[in-house]
Amino acid sequence: MVNKLIFLYFAVVILASAVLMITRRNPIHSVMFMLLLFFHIAGVFVLLNAEFLAAVQLIVYAGAILILYLFVVMLLNIGKESNAVRANRFWPWMTAFGALIAAEIVLLVSRGAFSAGADQPMRFAAGAGVRELGEALYQKYLVPFEIASVILLVGLIGAVMLAKKQTTEDRAQKAD
Amino acid sequence: MIPLSWYIVLSAALFTIGVVGVLTRRNVFIILMSIELMLNAANINLVAFSHYLQSLTGQVFVIFVITVAAAEAAVALAIIILLARNRGSVYVDEFNIMKG
Repeated sequence: MVNKLIFLYFAVVILASAVLMITRRNPIHSVMFMLLLFFHIAGVFVLLNAEFLAAVQLIVYAGAILILYLFVVMLLNIGKESNAVRANRFWPWMTAFGALIAAEIVLLVSRGAFSAGADQPMRFAAGAGVRELGEALYQKYLVPFEIASVILLVGLIGAVMLAKKQTTEDRAQKAD
Repeated sequence: MIPLSWYIVLSAALFTIGVVGVLTRRNVFIILMSIELMLNAANINLVAFSHYLQSLTGQVFVIFVITVAAAEAAVALAIIILLARNRGSVYVDEFNIMKG
């Protein structure tokens, strides 16, 4: 019962801050609501016995990715948008489309095979600690893990290459 | 104990909010953050199923999703800086240079 109440608190805050995030005019406010959302998603992870992922969520998502967003928003100095330019002109249609998708997913979940056993109590995972996660990552999923490191390298080099200012020597080389 | 379907409904609602954000907003930052929202909805689903099925595979996949999200954010923000520098705008409907 207490667990359900805690989950409901997390769910309400997650959904409310998500809605606020996509409707705010000032991008900095959106980033702040995103921060609140990431903290509460970490709470949901703790509720699911995934403490390591909760820590990763806070450190990587809230600590690194979101701060990068905040840096760029402040760097480009984007002010508040006026009410007229916040959404594109199709937004009522698009919102209706989103509601349709939500209704479809809820319908599928309520009639699907998930709901059959979903009300039985979840057992607590015996071996879902950091040690087991690390063993799975370094033994069973070693190749995907290495590919992930290559993806990070590509992201690093790509970001540097794209954001680097073109120097006069580069232009001269291109002209040759 | 919390039924699995609660997590699925939470994740579906969060994903839908992300879809609506991508489809309706003009500011490219909000669109990118809505994509992060959708990735997080998928993460909640993966962790919930990992807990429910007593398997660590879901948690391993969440780590990969976070890796891809970090790389995506870095490259996308670099592209946004370039666009803002060259076109002086962050609104997606003003970027039509690839229109045929």
